Amino acid sequence: MDRVESLRFAIQVDKLNFWYGDFQALFDVDLEVKKGSVTSLIGPSGCGKSTLLRSINRINERLGSYARTSGSIRILDHDILDESVDLSQLRKRVGMVFQRPNPLPLSIRDNVLFAHRIHGSSKKLSKGEEERILEDSLRTVLLWDDVKDRLGRDARGLSLEAQQKLCIARLIPLKPSVILMDEPTSALDPKGTEALEQMIWTLAGEYTILIVTHNMAQARRASTESAFMLLGKLVEKQNTGDLFLNPRHQQTADYIEGRYG
Amino acid sequence: MFQSTELNRRNHSVQKLVSILFGVVTCLLIVPVLTIMTVLVYKGGPNISFEFLFSAPTNGMTAGGIFPALLGTILLVVVALIFSVPLGVATAVYLSEYASDTWLTRLINLAIINLAGVPSIVHALFGLGAFVIFAGFGTSILAASLTLGIMTLPVVIVATRESLQAVPPEFRMACWGMGATRWQTIRKVVLPNAMSGILTGVILEVSRTAGETAPIMFTGAAFFLPFLPQGILDQTMAMSLHLFVVSTQVPGVPETLPYSVALVLVSLVLIMNAASIILRAYVRGQKKW
Repeated sequence: MDRVESLRFAIQVDKLNFWYGDFQALFDVDLEVKKGSVTSLIGPSGCGKSTLLRSINRINERLGSYARTSGSIRILDHDILDESVDLSQLRKRVGMVFQRPNPLPLSIRDNVLFAHRIHGSSKKLSKGEEERILEDSLRTVLLWDDVKDRLGRDARGLSLEAQQKLCIARLIPLKPSVILMDEPTSALDPKGTEALEQMIWTLAGEYTILIVTHNMAQARRASTESAFMLLGKLVEKQNTGDLFLNPRHQQTADYIEGRYG
Repeated sequence: MFQSTELNRRNHSVQKLVSILFGVVTCLLIVPVLTIMTVLVYKGGPNISFEFLFSAPTNGMTAGGIFPALLGTILLVVVALIFSVPLGVATAVYLSEYASDTWLTRLINLAIINLAGVPSIVHALFGLGAFVIFAGFGTSILAASLTLGIMTLPVVIVATRESLQAVPPEFRMACWGMGATRWQTIRKVVLPNAMSGILTGVILEVSRTAGETAPIMFTGAAFFLPFLPQGILDQTMAMSLHLFVVSTQVPGVPETLPYSVALVLVSLVLIMNAASIILRAYVRGQKKW
C-alpha cells in the first residue's frame, strides 16, 4: 500500500500502438498522468484521443481480434495488458463516463447501486448499508439534494446534466482509482457543462481523471494538465496553463489558435 | 408568383388518386377476415354452449361436444412452448449477444431462415421419424409438441433477436464499462428490456401452433379417442384435426358442427393472443421508459 501511496503517476502509457484492423490509430504514444490530477486530451476529430482513452480500460477489446495493441499501459504501477488481468476487476478500478449520458433504464437508486451489486459478493448488503452508499455517491457528484426525494424514479427522466452526474455517481461505490471521461459534456448545454466541470474539480485529488474534450475552453478551465494529440501521436503534454500560453510545438499552437480542428 | 401551375395541379391530382387507391386496397384486407368471422359466428355460434365445450363427441362424432380436442390443443400448445421458448430465446441471445460474425453464425442464420421455409408436412414426417420412431416416444403429445416446437422455433428466434437488437447499445456499453460480464449485462439489462418483443414472438408462435394440422397428424393427434389423455406420452385429439375430420371424413355430420368447431378454434387462438397482449402491455408498463 505504501508503494501505491507514494506513486506519482496513476497512469503510465509507454510506446502504445493500436490498430483497428489494418488501420493504425495510435503511434508510440507515451503519456504519464499524475495521481489525483485532471488531465485533458485535446486534438482534432480522429486524432486517436478516444482510442487512447478506451485502451486504458480495454473497452476497445469488445471489437474482438479486430483491435490489436502493442506497448504497455500501467495503472498504479500494474501492467493492465498482462494476461492475468481480469477485465471486470480492471473496469471496476478504471471507471468510464461516455459522451452521451447512458443511465440504465432503472430507477435512480438502482443505477447508483448497479455496479456495486454486480461486483458485490453473494451476501446481500443490508438496506442501511445500501442507503449510505447511495447517499455518499450522490453527494459526491453534487446530485443528492436534487434527487433525494425521487430516488425510485426512472433515471432517464432526469435532465441530461443530472444523468451525466448519475453516470459518474454509479462509479463511486466501486472506489475507482481512475475515471475516464469521453467528451462528458458534449451533450450538455453551457449551464450543465459548467456544473459538470465544477463537479469534476471536486473529484480531483481523490480520483485521477482523464478527460477527452473537443472544447479547448473546457480543457483550460477544467484540467491541471493537457495533452495534445494529432494523427495518432501524442504531440506534447504540459501544465494546462503552459500548454495554452507557451506550446512547445508549432502544431499545438496552430490547433489552439483554431487554424484547424 | 405562388399560384399553382398546370404541373402542380396534375401532381396533386395524381397524389390524391394514389392515396385513395391504396386506401381502398388496404380496406379490402378487412373483407376476408370479416367474412370468415361473420360466417363462423352466424352458422356456428348458435350451436356453442357450455355442454358443447365440455363434453365429448358422441354418435360417431356427429353430435356431442369437443372437449377432448379442446383440451388436446391446449396441451399441445403448452408443451410445445415449454420446449421451444427457452431454446429459441437461448439461441437468439447467443446469436445477438455472444456470437461474432463468422461463417458459422451465418450458417446458423441461414438454417433458421430455411427452417421457417420448410413445409409443415415435411416437419410432420421429420417428427414421425425423429420423435415417434427414433426417440421412441410413439405417437404422443410429447412427439407432436416437439414437432410443433421445432416448426415454430424460427418465429421465436427471429422475434427475440430483433427485440434484443432493439435494446440500445449504450446500455451494454454502460454495463461493460462498469465491469459487468456479458451475462450480467444480458440478465440485468438486455433481457428485461427485450421482454415485450420476446412475448410478441411467443404470441405469433401460439397462433401458429394451435392451428397446425399436418405436423400433428402423424405424431400425436388421433382421429377419435374415447378417453382424455392421461399424460404427455398419450395420444390426444386436437381441434385442427377434429375440424378436418368432421368436415370431410365422417358422414352424417350436421352442417353447423364444423362451423362451431372452427369458431372455437379461432376464438381459442384469439383468447390466447389477447392474454399474451395483456401480459405484454403489463411488461411494458413495468418498463419505466
